[in-house]
Amino acid sequence: MLKTRIIPCLDVHEGRVVKGVQFVDLVDAGDPVEAAIAYDAAGADELCFLDITASHEERSILLDVVRRTAEVCFMPVTVGGGVRTNDDIRQLLLAGADKVSINTAAVHDRDFVRRAAEKFGSQCIVVAIDAKRVSREGEPDRWEVFTHGGRRSAGLDAIEYAREVEALGAGEILLTSMDRDGTKDGYDIALVKAVSDALTIPVIASGGVGDLDHLVDGVRDGHASAVLAASIFHFGTHSIREAKEHMAAAGIPMRLT
Amino acid sequence: MRVVIVDYGSGNLRSAAKAVERAASEANLDIDLHVTADTERVAAADRLILPGVGAFADCRRGLETEVDMIEGLQEAVEQRGVPFLGICVGMQLMADRGLEHEVAAGFGWIHGDVTRIEPADPTLKIPHMGWNTLDVIADHPVLEGIPTGPDGWHAYFVHSYHLAVADRADLIATSDYSGPVTAIVGRNNVVGTQFHPEKSEKLGIALLANFLKWNP
Repeated sequence: MLKTRIIPCLDVHEGRVVKGVQFVDLVDAGDPVEAAIAYDAAGADELCFLDITASHEERSILLDVVRRTAEVCFMPVTVGGGVRTNDDIRQLLLAGADKVSINTAAVHDRDFVRRAAEKFGSQCIVVAIDAKRVSREGEPDRWEVFTHGGRRSAGLDAIEYAREVEALGAGEILLTSMDRDGTKDGYDIALVKAVSDALTIPVIASGGVGDLDHLVDGVRDGHASAVLAASIFHFGTHSIREAKEHMAAAGIPMRLT
Repeated sequence: MRVVIVDYGSGNLRSAAKAVERAASEANLDIDLHVTADTERVAAADRLILPGVGAFADCRRGLETEVDMIEGLQEAVEQRGVPFLGICVGMQLMADRGLEHEVAAGFGWIHGDVTRIEPADPTLKIPHMGWNTLDVIADHPVLEGIPTGPDGWHAYFVHSYHLAVADRADLIATSDYSGPVTAIVGRNNVVGTQFHPEKSEKLGIALLANFLKWNP
């Protein structure tokens, strides 16, 4: 039986993990490769690196991080942040990434998703969607795609946009609620469910996880195929193992062996 | 032992190379590993690994682009009996034909076509992406020592098509995705995995080590 995936996400700035990662036995908690090894050993199902620097000069630092991770972690790795061209994708894949996540570039140039999927295959093209609720109280739910860290609306309906990038060849959607991101109030379940049910490709729920029940909600009620979280794992609030056992106890198939 | 991972421009082979190195070192095997499109290396290989990502026909075209590669692989596998491992689309290429987007020819080492997976439960997502266990149909040396079945180890899959074997005797293992999905095929000196051993943690490393030790 296919298992639900737990994906810890590491924000990387100038080659260092930001937001902090607290593992007791890490020599250098700021080293993304050390963090990747620790998550691998803890049973993470995939890893996600998000390059929040994304400046041209610092790209080589990230590529080196990916390269060193691929040498020691035999699990799927997704890398996102500043992916704008097929050449960016090629460099990341050659460094050892299995998938790349495209965000803003896809909003501005939808055809980039098609070009990327045609060149590298849908299996490695994740489209990241930052969505924010725009419906008012009492109105039917509606979300729009936002860029610039949730400050600017792209004027696109999130569900229609998700359908569009799926048709263009995206293999997976990384869906972040900008309303919930950083709140610890849980995923925006209505959003996750609306997008998951509208698509045939897998959806990764992201944004707002504060406790282990939120992970269960994302899968059971939101119909997500995978759950992504950062701070609850980084700060040692919960281990991946605890999260998996909690989800398994709630009846969700998890990889425990 | 000369191990060749065939590099024909399909995806990143670095992870595959690192995983094979790890497998060899854990099994105390001394290997000479080459990631190459050089047909002379293929001709001299003791073990051949053919990866592949993307669409079947694109991979086929990629192989055709490398001068004499298809003939070189056929000679090694069919005439010299070199143990061969196909991974993901590399495994699918072992079939008679691929039916993804267009009809394209495979090596025909495992009879059958590569068809879209159709889970009985229509709400299940395509691609079949993530970790799944293996149900063994027929024992095979590459599975030596690997716990299988619902409580066994997991393999990492990402695919929308699979090899529908014409002869069930070629089916080594399946995975359950609201119905069986072909996970491992094998016949004589060829074996193929739909999943990615290089991304499948301990199961993948163990399977690669078994492949290196296998003497069909």
